[in-house]
Amino acid sequence: MTGGGSRAEVLRRVREALGGSRGTSPPVPRGYDRTLPEAEAATRADVVALFSERVAANRAAVRHVSADELGTAVAAALWGREVKQIVVPADLPYGWLAELEGVRALADAPALDAEALGAVDGVVTGCAAAVARTGTVILDGGRAQGRRALTAVPGYHLCVVHADQIVGTVPEAVRRLDPSRPLTWISGPSATHAIEMVRVEGGHGPLHLEILVVED
Amino acid sequence: MTASSRRTTESSAGTRPGGGPVPLPTPKFASAARSALADTGLRRNLRGATAEARARTSAATAEAADWDALREAGRAIGDATLLNLDVHLEELERGVTGAGGVVHWAVDAAEAREVVTGLVRASGAKEVVKASSATLREIGLDAALARAGVTAYETAIADLVVGVGGDEPSHLLSPALHRDRAEIAELFRRTLPAAADLGDDPAGLAAAARAHLRDRLLRARVAVTGANFLVAETGTPVVLESEGNARMCLSLPDTLITVAGIDKVVPAWADLEVFLQLLPRAAGAGPMTPYAASWPGVTPGDGPRAFHLVLVDNGRTRALADEVGRAALRCVRCSACVNVCPVYERTGGRAYGPVYPGPIGAILTPQLRGVESAADASLPYASTLCGACADVCPVKIDIPGVLVHLRGAVVESRRRRPVPTPELALMRGLAWTMGDARRYETALRRSTRWARLLSRGGRIRRLPGLLGKWTEARDLPAPPAESFRAWWARRRP
Repeated sequence: MTGGGSRAEVLRRVREALGGSRGTSPPVPRGYDRTLPEAEAATRADVVALFSERVAANRAAVRHVSADELGTAVAAALWGREVKQIVVPADLPYGWLAELEGVRALADAPALDAEALGAVDGVVTGCAAAVARTGTVILDGGRAQGRRALTAVPGYHLCVVHADQIVGTVPEAVRRLDPSRPLTWISGPSATHAIEMVRVEGGHGPLHLEILVVED
Repeated sequence: MTASSRRTTESSAGTRPGGGPVPLPTPKFASAARSALADTGLRRNLRGATAEARARTSAATAEAADWDALREAGRAIGDATLLNLDVHLEELERGVTGAGGVVHWAVDAAEAREVVTGLVRASGAKEVVKASSATLREIGLDAALARAGVTAYETAIADLVVGVGGDEPSHLLSPALHRDRAEIAELFRRTLPAAADLGDDPAGLAAAARAHLRDRLLRARVAVTGANFLVAETGTPVVLESEGNARMCLSLPDTLITVAGIDKVVPAWADLEVFLQLLPRAAGAGPMTPYAASWPGVTPGDGPRAFHLVLVDNGRTRALADEVGRAALRCVRCSACVNVCPVYERTGGRAYGPVYPGPIGAILTPQLRGVESAADASLPYASTLCGACADVCPVKIDIPGVLVHLRGAVVESRRRRPVPTPELALMRGLAWTMGDARRYETALRRSTRWARLLSRGGRIRRLPGLLGKWTEARDLPAPPAESFRAWWARRRP
């Protein structure tokens, strides 16, 4: 731990630098959209449709399923990617994997080590919230989401979003989230602009992101 | 500028980023830019890449109907944060500590290096992974870790390119911008063990980098990262990224050390709703970057068991003391100003010195380090003042205004010198000449005569002496045979 000397010195310099203007609070105009304007999404169905459109624009795959088709849809997605072994949060609803055949699912309990995590082909999770305007899913480590490393390492991430988890805008999502939990906002597969600023899918995180929207 | 802020720069001047204990002399912008300007391949790379980035930024910002309202909010939150920075920093510290993290304070780069090196040493790790951060480059961490026997591995693909190429980063978000795909492929074939027959397709190159770095990321026990924002109210650091290397750094190792400037503070959790929209769009990543992560100190059963936040001053309070210049501390490092700058597009990033390139670098670096050295003093002049940077800035930093203000500071700092600069001597001479009507008229007559002798076909191609610098890049039209004053005097006897 560094001495209190530097702490006091930095704070002293800040106060000295600000001088007489310290502590004044100029007003913050917040004229931006807190919710989606009527023109962009008038109904719930429009919000869900906008979400799917934006997810696709982020170069992730998206499909709509009903609650009783979910098990089949999860299995079909995994087969489609030729995924052989997946890791899942220990509290993933049993029904999501009920139709799985030929895919080995490892529950993350006890927690897999990094090497084991590196060896699985994919991961299946739920999410805490989703944002329509940006095509984002947000994980907070809550139910059916697991710890952060589960979705950071495998090459394929299948995320289940319930339609009622989708909010319109970033401000709505920020207000809904709990900052005391570790949060991960995911908008598409991992990408890089390292080479000539050209966007290429495939950095270090999942190369493929697939989203199943469960309509109620 | 106060005496104490000058002292600050002197103490940090000996610890120039990346230079180790003996600072290397950095050339002035104009001389450093010369080799870049002569490199046609580099200029082609820069032109292509910045055009690509500009197109993405303008598409993403045009799409947000409330973009100007967001920018205005971002500007105002930034200003309000700076005016209450001490309060927010203390609140941040309480939040991080309450969530099981440890906060360290560093007045300058040397102290920040010492803190991080000490933490790594205490963990017993011999290697650490880094997620690219300009602040880590600013404090010159790699060299300090190397001296302590610790190898630091960059994990972003562009940083890997810069690392194996043995050169300096040239862009904030895309440090390998100066290399084209063929050069990168050549570098990878030469240096990465498993890439001997790699082609130059960007997807293949990215895959090779991923494969090369994956084991390192998986086995790392200590990670060192930067942060995009630090939410004071909740004690929460926030990192935005595209590749996923930062997510692995934040979730796999036992120990996480995050190093961030004190200017990264955002007061309230709700303020993120503004910055999480501004930064991705301005950076050209679309409505949202692929990944944004926030974390509260230590979470049992999820990620690192020890979290250290190192808060770095290193000249920021010096910039804060300047009422005009402090606007630069609102910067969110999106690089939009870099990508639109006509000067950057031609010179590339390295002429701006070691850390912050482009227009934002031209106003940030001289403020963080002072304008006493010739290299730092040349930066406010590395601009045509065209204003494109101010137009795109998501937090509305008036970069041209600050540049002009800093040019004033450079001139002021030189006024104290015992021997005046040629420019100052010239200006003093002009002031003396123009202070008296007869002196002025005589000088005008004489210089007109000389100028007409120098001209060929109505143009002067080269002025003598120091004035010749002006005609290096352009011709001067010859003055008319009779000046307006002479004509006026003749007309009304």
